Amino acid sequence: MAQTLFEKLWQEHLVEKQSDGTDLIYIDRVFLHERTGSIALSSLRADGRKIFCPEQVFCCMDHIVDTYPDRSDETTMPSGRDFIVATREGAHEAGLTLFDLDDPRQGIVHVVSPEQGIVQPGITLVCPDSHTCTQGAFGALAWGIGSSEAEHALVTKTLRVSKPKSMRVSFEGVLAAGVSAKDMILHLIARFGASGGSGYVLEFSGSAVADLCMEGRMTLCNMAVEFSAFTGLIAPDHKTIDYLRGKPYAPVGTLWDDAVQYWQQLSTDKDATFDREIVIDCTDIEPQVTWGTSPEHAIPINGLIATAFGHEAQASGYDKALEYMGLTAGQAIAGQPIDCVFIGSCTNARISDLRLAASILRGNKIRPGMRAICVPGSMQVKAQAEIEGLDRIFIDAGFEWRASGCSMCFFAGGEHFDFQQRVVSTTNRNFESRQGPQTRTHLASPATVAASAVTGVITDPREML
Amino acid sequence: MDKFIQHLGIAAPLLRSNVDTDAIIPSREMKRVSKQGLGEGLFAGWRYLQAGGRDAAPEFVFNQDAYRDASIILSGPNFGCGSSREHAVWALAEYGIRVVVAPSFGTIFANNCIRNGLLPLVLGENIIAEIAAWVAQDPCQNKVLVDLPEQQLQASGEAVNFEIEPWAKRMLVEGLDAISLTQTRWQTIDRFHRHRQSLRPWLYQH
Repeated sequence: MAQTLFEKLWQEHLVEKQSDGTDLIYIDRVFLHERTGSIALSSLRADGRKIFCPEQVFCCMDHIVDTYPDRSDETTMPSGRDFIVATREGAHEAGLTLFDLDDPRQGIVHVVSPEQGIVQPGITLVCPDSHTCTQGAFGALAWGIGSSEAEHALVTKTLRVSKPKSMRVSFEGVLAAGVSAKDMILHLIARFGASGGSGYVLEFSGSAVADLCMEGRMTLCNMAVEFSAFTGLIAPDHKTIDYLRGKPYAPVGTLWDDAVQYWQQLSTDKDATFDREIVIDCTDIEPQVTWGTSPEHAIPINGLIATAFGHEAQASGYDKALEYMGLTAGQAIAGQPIDCVFIGSCTNARISDLRLAASILRGNKIRPGMRAICVPGSMQVKAQAEIEGLDRIFIDAGFEWRASGCSMCFFAGGEHFDFQQRVVSTTNRNFESRQGPQTRTHLASPATVAASAVTGVITDPREML
Repeated sequence: MDKFIQHLGIAAPLLRSNVDTDAIIPSREMKRVSKQGLGEGLFAGWRYLQAGGRDAAPEFVFNQDAYRDASIILSGPNFGCGSSREHAVWALAEYGIRVVVAPSFGTIFANNCIRNGLLPLVLGENIIAEIAAWVAQDPCQNKVLVDLPEQQLQASGEAVNFEIEPWAKRMLVEGLDAISLTQTRWQTIDRFHRHRQSLRPWLYQH
C-alpha cells in the first residue's frame, strides 16, 4: 500500500500497539539542554532510574548560558549556574555526550545536532524543547516533548504516542528575491492560524522546498510548532546527503553507502494520501513581519496592521495585541520606528542567515542609538563567519558580536531588551514579554531584520538588495 | 500521581486565544532545578504589576476575590501553545488548577497535563463562553463539576459531554505512571532494540 514518509517512519519505529490506543514508538536519539534536561536528569536520579542507552543521548548548553565573550558558569540570570552544573554533573554521571560551554562545538541544540550529523534521515529524535521539529528538515521524525516524557524516553528508549494525522504543505513556484524560508512559514501560519496544524505531522514539499538549502529547510520546519503541528518534516534528497557527508557522527565506510541507500527510499509514495493537503503558490509570498503577539499576526511587509488575511480575525484578541504592541489597526507596518534588532536563535542564526544579513549590512551602519545584537547559532557558525570576515561587517555596522546560545530569544531572568522596547527579531516567538519585560517583538527574516537595523524603522529588504 | 475522577470547583475565565506557556510561567520565574516552587510564578506577567515583583495587578482574574480559589480555567483556542516547558503544568498544579477548558490545546502542553494529573478538557468556544457567563453571575456558588469517567461537565444545571482520547482518560482516572507502565513491556522493547542495531547499524557506529 502506498505510504507517506511519515507513515514509513512511524512503521519503522513502531514497537507495538498498546491496548489504550497509543503506539509504543522506539526513540533513536535524545537531546537535552540545561534548562529542562537538568530537571529530567535530577528527577531520574532522585527516582533511582537509569538511562537505557546513554551513548544515544546528547546534551547542549544553550538556554541559560551567557553569550558574552568571557562567559563562565556564572550567568546574568540569577541561579543559572545551578542549571549548568546540574546538567554537567548529570551528563557525566550517566555517560552522556555533552557539548559543554568551552567546547568549540557548543551552540543551540537544533543547530549543533545537524552540524554534528547526529540527526539523520529515518531516525526518531526527541528533546524537551518545542523547536525540535527543526530537525525534521532531514527526513527524521523529530519532535518536542516535556520533561516527564524525556524521562520516559531516556529510561525506556520509547514513547507512548497517539498517532498524529498527516498533512502535506506544498510550496509551489519560485520565491521572489528578498523572500526566504522564514517568510514562507510566517505566511502559512498567518493564513491558516496558529493552531492550523494542530494534531498533524506536516510534510513540506513542492518546488520551493526542493529549492531551499538545508538551512532554509530547517527554518521552515523550525516553526511547525508555531503552527501547533506535532512536527514538520521534509523528505531527504541529494542536498540532505551532501550536507551530512563527512559530518562527525555521519556513518563512514560501507555503512555510509548502506545508510544512503536507505535514505533514498525515504519519500512519500506517489499514490499515498494525506489527511489534509494545503498548496501555497509562492509567487504570493512577500517578506513577512508580525505586528502582534502571536506568530499568526504576520502580514506582508507592505500590509496594514491587524488586517487578517486568511483565517477569521478575532477582534478581542486583536485589541489586546494592539494595546500590548502600542500600535493602531490600519497603520502601515513598514516605517514603524524600532529600538533594537536581534539576529539569533534556532530559527535563523546559521551561516546562510548571517551571510544574508551581512550582505545587507556591508558598508552600512545601524541607526545611531539603536541596539543590535548578533548571536551565531553555534560556535562553529561563529568560527565560519569569522573566517569569512562577516564578524567585521556586523561589528563595523554597530552590532554586538556574541558567543553562541539561545540568548535573547527569550528572557530567562538575565539579559533582556528593555521595557516596551520595539525589537525586530529573527526568532520564532513574539509572545508578550518573551524578550524582556513588556518588550514588543516583531518576527521577520534575517534580510528584513538587517534592512531595518540600517534604517531604524521596519523596512522591506527588497529596497536594499 | 493523584487519580482524577470528579472535580468540583470555581472556574476562572481567561477568555483569550493562544495563552502561551511563556504567559503561564515566564522563563524568569523558573529559578530552580526543580518541579516545585512554581505556583507563585503562575501567570506572573499578568498577575503582578512589575516583572519579578509580587504586587498584585487588581484586574487580573486570579486577583479578584471571587476567583482567587479557582481550580478550573476557562480559556480560548490553542491554550498552552509555545515552549515545551512542563513548568507551565507544574505551576498550574501547584496553584491548585485541576482542569483547563479550552477549544484546543498546544500538543506538548496537553501531554504534559496528562503526565501530571491535570485534565485538558476540549469544548467549543461558544459553550465555554456560556459557561463563563453563568459562572460570572456568582462564581463561588456557580461551581463547575467535571466527571471524567462519565466524560461530562456540569454547569448551569446542564450536562455537556466531552471527548478525550482513551489513553489520556485511563492515565488520569487510574493515576498511572507512564514509565512503570511501559517497563512492563521491557522484553518487547529490548528485542526491538537488538533488531534495530542489526537493521540500521550505522546509528550505533560511533
